[in-house]
Amino acid sequence: MTRAFKFLRRYPTIAVGGTLLFLLILMAIFAPWIADKDPMALSPVHRARVPSERFWFGTDLLGRDVFARVVYGARISLIVGFTVAFLSAVIGTIIGLTSGFVRWIDAIVMRVMDGLMSIPTILLAIALIALTRASLENVIIAITIAEVPRVVRLVRGLALSLREQPYVEAAIAAGASPFRVVFKHIFPNTVAALTVQTTYICGLAILAEASLSFIGAGVPPSIPSWGNIMAEGRALWQIKPHMIAFPALFLSITILAINMLGDGLRDAIDPRMAKRI
Amino acid sequence: MTNTPSHNSDTQRRVLDVKDLSVVFGTGPNQVQAVKSLNLHVDRGETLAIVGESGSGKSVTSLALMRLIEFGGGTITNGEILFHRAQEETVDVRRAPEAVMRSMRGKDLSMIFQEPMTSLNPVFTVGSQITEAIVLHQRCDLNQANAVAIRILDQVRIPDAAAMMKRYPHELSGGMRQRVMIAMALSCQPSVLIADEPTTALDVTIQAQILQLIAELQKEMDMGVIFITHDMGVVAEIADRVMVMRRGEVVEENDVFNLFAVPQHIYTKTLLAAVPKLGSMRGISQPTRFDLPMQEDQAHARLASERAIKHSAQSKDGTIDSPVILGVRDLVTRFDIRGGIFSRVQRRVHAVEQVSFDLHEGETLSLVGESGCGKTTTGRSLMGLTKVSGGQVVFEGVPVNLAQAHSLKSLRRNMQFVFQDPFASLNPRMRVGECIAEPMVIQGLASGAEASRRVAALMERVGLDPSTVQRWPHEFSGGQRQRICIARALSVNPKVLIADEAVSALDVSIRAQIVNLLIDLQDDLGISYLFISHDMAVVERVSHRVAVMYLGQIVEIGPRQAIFESPQHPYTKKLMAAVPIADPLFRRQHKLEVSEIPSPVRGVGEKPLVAPLVRVGEGHFVATHQVGGLY
Repeated sequence: MTRAFKFLRRYPTIAVGGTLLFLLILMAIFAPWIADKDPMALSPVHRARVPSERFWFGTDLLGRDVFARVVYGARISLIVGFTVAFLSAVIGTIIGLTSGFVRWIDAIVMRVMDGLMSIPTILLAIALIALTRASLENVIIAITIAEVPRVVRLVRGLALSLREQPYVEAAIAAGASPFRVVFKHIFPNTVAALTVQTTYICGLAILAEASLSFIGAGVPPSIPSWGNIMAEGRALWQIKPHMIAFPALFLSITILAINMLGDGLRDAIDPRMAKRI
Repeated sequence: MTNTPSHNSDTQRRVLDVKDLSVVFGTGPNQVQAVKSLNLHVDRGETLAIVGESGSGKSVTSLALMRLIEFGGGTITNGEILFHRAQEETVDVRRAPEAVMRSMRGKDLSMIFQEPMTSLNPVFTVGSQITEAIVLHQRCDLNQANAVAIRILDQVRIPDAAAMMKRYPHELSGGMRQRVMIAMALSCQPSVLIADEPTTALDVTIQAQILQLIAELQKEMDMGVIFITHDMGVVAEIADRVMVMRRGEVVEENDVFNLFAVPQHIYTKTLLAAVPKLGSMRGISQPTRFDLPMQEDQAHARLASERAIKHSAQSKDGTIDSPVILGVRDLVTRFDIRGGIFSRVQRRVHAVEQVSFDLHEGETLSLVGESGCGKTTTGRSLMGLTKVSGGQVVFEGVPVNLAQAHSLKSLRRNMQFVFQDPFASLNPRMRVGECIAEPMVIQGLASGAEASRRVAALMERVGLDPSTVQRWPHEFSGGQRQRICIARALSVNPKVLIADEAVSALDVSIRAQIVNLLIDLQDDLGISYLFISHDMAVVERVSHRVAVMYLGQIVEIGPRQAIFESPQHPYTKKLMAAVPIADPLFRRQHKLEVSEIPSPVRGVGEKPLVAPLVRVGEGHFVATHQVGGLY
């Protein structure tokens, strides 16, 4: 208990970021209990209301409760963020470690990655969505493909420098197989950087999903997402800014929380830093 | 011993007076006192050496004298630093305004740093870096400054100074860069030159040149020199007075002759005992431990006494009669330099060129030479860490194919490697016990409880506390880490240990302990060492036989006594002459010369001349052909 407390006191960014993210996750899970109204229920009578006691965040052009929609929207954002981060970390690490070790694969893989990196994330995602149809899975796949090159570059670069380290050579000199070298000596030393990169990707993916949904290329309008809530508020944003302000506020808080957590983890995960706890 | 001209009284010769200097880093509870009430003074034409191990506060002192310490986060909390400028005025460096300090730095007080590779700015030419200080302090135009710069480059004995002005730092060798650094520091004729480990990163022959150069320039310019070093050999070579520092305090200060003859403080005694003296092993054929007054630890002392009994039984039989364990014939390692669009091989680095030697059981064979001579590559090639281009290796009578995986694996079971840098050679994410156990787990020699039992035994054997098995590597000091690395190498019970500069990165007293450990282990376990080092004095301590490498070839090989007492090859002689001897009574006059080690890079198909060595004595062979055009 005191250990955990000391840890959080030493890394306040983890404490703040973690708490915020934890609250957001709770909100997403318990959305039906937190929002008393159905996010999809149309109510033309109450169109475009400003925030009030009845509608905390006001209503949109179709009279749907913005609070309920924002609460449910957290589900989409977090699912997209975490899934993309996880998938791109796993895929990127596998490709990165392989290309850091096998020379002929490296030449091919890195050219492909350079190609992918040269296209802006959103543009690439739009192109991929355009080839299929709008759905949550396709949004996740599209953003993952756009983010994988970042992880590949990072892991490959680390692998290339780590394999020159004397401790890796010491393992080779002790007779370690390439497999053991990669998993015992290289991979654990990439985890710190990978964690930070993964949290940033999580944040970026949430932003990318919001942007895609905002321009109508993301999740279908039938599912509330912060992006499409803002899109619906776009027409009246100068006179009824609440339709955009609330989802935007939640989007910013989420990304801030994730980035803070990432920065804190980077410091905490390094055993050389941990000795002072 | 400076010959102070009689018409100059002591007060006029005095340039720097430091009284009661204290420096702290940090604030509040994390405050660290780096220097505690230190007193020192320097006269013109005098060399004061400040000696100490890492963390002793010697560099902090030098930075405080320049008042550069503030940039590193330190604060001078007490004392005064009185600098007597040429115009009879006295400045207290501690209290002087920053503008005054700026006018003094580089002009009155100048500094040379350790790392010539990084203390020159890579994006400016040598000329523009030297003229910068001249224009700043002497208020002259660029043409005059250029003339001054060329003159000063001439003065530091750089050939073709005018051409040097237009070159960039990366085009120069380490020794040349250090000359340029010295030229920069001296461009305004300072009264005090602070040299912070100026030769530590250089090869011995280059070090000898630089030391000689500093001494001559000091005479020419009548400067006071503060020479900071950890190397007692260098101190003995150049100092007039010596200050020994430990943990921020001066433990002893004395005239160089008195300090070496009758050291007062126990720490000075330990430091001097730990310094291997070249020539101190005359007439002794066996490796000998250091006798350290400050005892290392109890386990070690006990082991030392146990071994004393064993050693007396063993020392009679000469080890060279024992069977050959590792035979190397015509080992060649070349690195391709590729270039062009199709990355064709354009030139090759001939790192190891037809090297042959035998390593006997229980024997230490040292490979010595300067950077780039191929000694490290030889060791790495034998471990299969670097791909060899040719040659045969025979281990215990069985030929080994270094290109074949399973052949290598069994070789690695019997042969292990200890690296130079104890900080980089342990995986920061593995606990110490796991690190030590790794080779035996990989080789399938032990696992589980048996492995942990053996790890504990190994830790005890190398003088570590077995209860620290669950700690992380970063929690240990450099010397302890090197012990961990040795324990790791020993975990497979190897017959041969290749130690690549294994003690070079350690402080002198720690170095002596590790050397003792290696000698003890050899006595107990009968391991053979291939000891790769540039440090001739350590080599003299540990080896039975020595091989001298130059430009990828062995130019002389033979029993240690023969090599050290009657070196035959001109390069060996030069190497020996360049090593500073830790005794001020043995100062030698070097001839000032500018010679560089030629490059081992050759065009494709260009073959260096290699001829068999000629026998000159019992097991003593020397190259008589021309190697690299010089010898």
